[in-house]
Amino acid sequence: MAFKSALEIVNGVAKITLSGELDAAAAPAFRTDVEKAAAAKVKAVALLMKDLEYMASAGLRALVFAKQKMGTQTTIYMISLQENVKETITMTGFQNSVTFMDEYDAATIEGA
Amino acid sequence: MERIDIYPTHTYKEFKMRPGRPYPFGATPVPGGINFSVFSRHADYCVLVLFEKGQSKPFAEIPYRGMFTRPETGEPFWGDFRIGNVFSMVVFDLNYEDIEYGFRMGAAFPKSERGKPGYHRFDPGPILLDPYAKAIGGREIWGQMPDWNNVYAYRSRIVYDDFDWESDRPLEIPTEDLVVYEMHVRGFTRQRDSGVKHPGTFAGLREKIPYLKELGVNCIELMPIYEFDEFEGSHNHPETGELLVNYWGYSTVGFFAPKAGYAATGKARDGTMVADELMTLVKELHKNGIEVMLDVVFNHTAEGNEYGPTISFRGIDNVTYYMLTPEGYYFNFSGTGNTLNCNNPVVRGMVLDCLRYWASEYHIDGFRFDLAAILGRDQSGAPMSNPPLLEALAYDPVLAKCKLIAEAWDAGGLYQVGTFPAFGRWAEWNGKYRDTLRRWIKGDGGLAGELAQRLQGSPDLYASRGPTASINFVTCHDGFTLADLVAYNGKHNEANGENNNDGANDNNSWNCGWEGPTDDAEINALRHRQMKNAFALLMVSQGVPMMLMGDELGQTQHGNNNSYCHDTELSWLNWGLLHKNQDLFRFFKNCVAFRKAHPVFRNRWHLRNQDYVGSGYADISWHGVQAWNADWSESSRLVAFMLCGKHARGGTVEDNTIYVVTNAHWGGYEVELPGLPDGKQWHVFANTGANYPEDVWEPGAEPVLSDQSHLFVGARSVVILVGK
Repeated sequence: MAFKSALEIVNGVAKITLSGELDAAAAPAFRTDVEKAAAAKVKAVALLMKDLEYMASAGLRALVFAKQKMGTQTTIYMISLQENVKETITMTGFQNSVTFMDEYDAATIEGA
Repeated sequence: MERIDIYPTHTYKEFKMRPGRPYPFGATPVPGGINFSVFSRHADYCVLVLFEKGQSKPFAEIPYRGMFTRPETGEPFWGDFRIGNVFSMVVFDLNYEDIEYGFRMGAAFPKSERGKPGYHRFDPGPILLDPYAKAIGGREIWGQMPDWNNVYAYRSRIVYDDFDWESDRPLEIPTEDLVVYEMHVRGFTRQRDSGVKHPGTFAGLREKIPYLKELGVNCIELMPIYEFDEFEGSHNHPETGELLVNYWGYSTVGFFAPKAGYAATGKARDGTMVADELMTLVKELHKNGIEVMLDVVFNHTAEGNEYGPTISFRGIDNVTYYMLTPEGYYFNFSGTGNTLNCNNPVVRGMVLDCLRYWASEYHIDGFRFDLAAILGRDQSGAPMSNPPLLEALAYDPVLAKCKLIAEAWDAGGLYQVGTFPAFGRWAEWNGKYRDTLRRWIKGDGGLAGELAQRLQGSPDLYASRGPTASINFVTCHDGFTLADLVAYNGKHNEANGENNNDGANDNNSWNCGWEGPTDDAEINALRHRQMKNAFALLMVSQGVPMMLMGDELGQTQHGNNNSYCHDTELSWLNWGLLHKNQDLFRFFKNCVAFRKAHPVFRNRWHLRNQDYVGSGYADISWHGVQAWNADWSESSRLVAFMLCGKHARGGTVEDNTIYVVTNAHWGGYEVELPGLPDGKQWHVFANTGANYPEDVWEPGAEPVLSDQSHLFVGARSVVILVGK
């Protein structure tokens, strides 16, 4: 399934909906959305990942890039991850850069 | 600022390329493409072969020398992507995650037939693995039966070296402070009782860091993790039918790539995450104060002798990479078929590049070199007095703080324990320590004097190098486990399918009265005591202690002293023993903690057997049944020593005074204790002759000894006292 990334900024939160497979070929599109979110100086980024089926190392690197781009003041939430994607992130140590969340919790994210 | 050299100058079919950069060797992502660089002194031609990951047929074969076309005009012209003996080119528009690559090489030399001697073994048929491949595909899932007809079995992959280490760096723990734990990545957590989510992997090991912390070790030495093929030489046991594999991994396929089958992410479509998983493990270990050493095998490769497969080096430049006899056979100083030509300048450069890579990209803290004596042989196999590779490693700027440890012998008979060319840097696995301790513990006579040397860090072997040159051990992967050392007189390697002919015969073991398992409580108690004796002495010895994975739990291999081929419960750490042998684990962890609590055991320089700080006591003094009167006779089986705390670390720090008595005799003795300064009293830290839980105490909580002048030391026991 082709990768898709859709960005919307609501209440100071950048919501990026990801679907398909985030690999090296797709990573630039994701990075573009991250850069847009960074430019908007959002307080949090919510990655909605229910339909993200696969994440390759380039995708993981895009995540780190996102964290570095936003700075420590911005929290990155990963929401509704598929188990294999969550596993990959955990095994490769990238979970330190993000916060996992089962469902979008507006009070936590938007109140951050 | 953008680079100005990221446009193609050549095209070949639908591919665009330009001359590459010779350095670094290997495949390196560059803006817009990938730089592929490979050395061969004798090849006339080289072809880059590109595959989509996992595919059986390549999607491109691009020559480094040949006819190309100009991108602007389509005009054909001769191109040669070669500088000196290095083929290098940039190929544009490749997705590094999705490709695998290799080379074909050839030269106008007569072809050497398989099984026949020969210098050059160029063959346009096999696709060759890049010696500098940072990741290797083909064996991503441990134990998955390979496709033996695969045209390219071990596949070079590309790694994007940008792992975010944050502030991590190698720990640089002083060598004298190390407590090393030798372990097998897969065997550590493969057993079901390990309870980890990903058994047998780097990720699984990471889950068990709390266990290592509890034990107290501050350095793990990983048995080979460079890519190897567990199916190399695999065969079924002639009688049992069990599949025997290359479990230990002392046969390298690729020096720069971690073993993909050790990574939980190895099975992911993107095999390059193997590196991330291992780096994450190292980072987490460092966070917990644990260094990582690698057991590296540079003495030979997986290509074997003239009958072996062509994987990489053999087809790239056989005469450069291997030591050959004048007739063109492979020298076999490794006992495995071939010998890497480590003192050829190009091969030397590869070894240096490799170790620098692991030190800088993986933050590895040190290396233990398997059969390191080979590294000191010249290109004809003769030992050198001043081996350039060993010197280069010792003085290398990137490796300057890495621990360098030699297994100072080889299979060709070169034994250099105590004489390994050290250049002020190298330490050695001290085989003499192992043999002396084993023989002492089992009760051999005539060893009191030699034992004293070993306990002091072997100054007879390392007079000018100090005790940190001595890696002390009683057991390692090669040989009996500690539990088997006290349960078997002889090896029992029938399960290896070699009629019990493999494995060492000089084990210096003693079964305590019965060969193998027994219900005899007395024998089992003695065995536990002997294990504790060995470990207690290891922990109070000057030098660097190394223990074998599982010894703290009483791990058995049922008398097998060469379990290299068993990917089974025979080799895997039995986590069920943690409950069964909790007394042993408690004893071991308290001994480690005791060593770490007392700098008097961890001197950088040798003890002088004299008082040089005016404490009234020598830094070390020797005792026997009578205080101040050691028995060095042939019949002596009791040795005691006292370490003066005021001499700790050359008198720079103050520690408690420690008294250790080891009685290897089958009878007990009443010993007289040396007196302490006024106000100080002897406290009991450990007494292996006492029953659990009074066999050991937590450091700092040692009870006062009731009789301050005399002590009963039971048969085959060690007692450790603290004066404070």
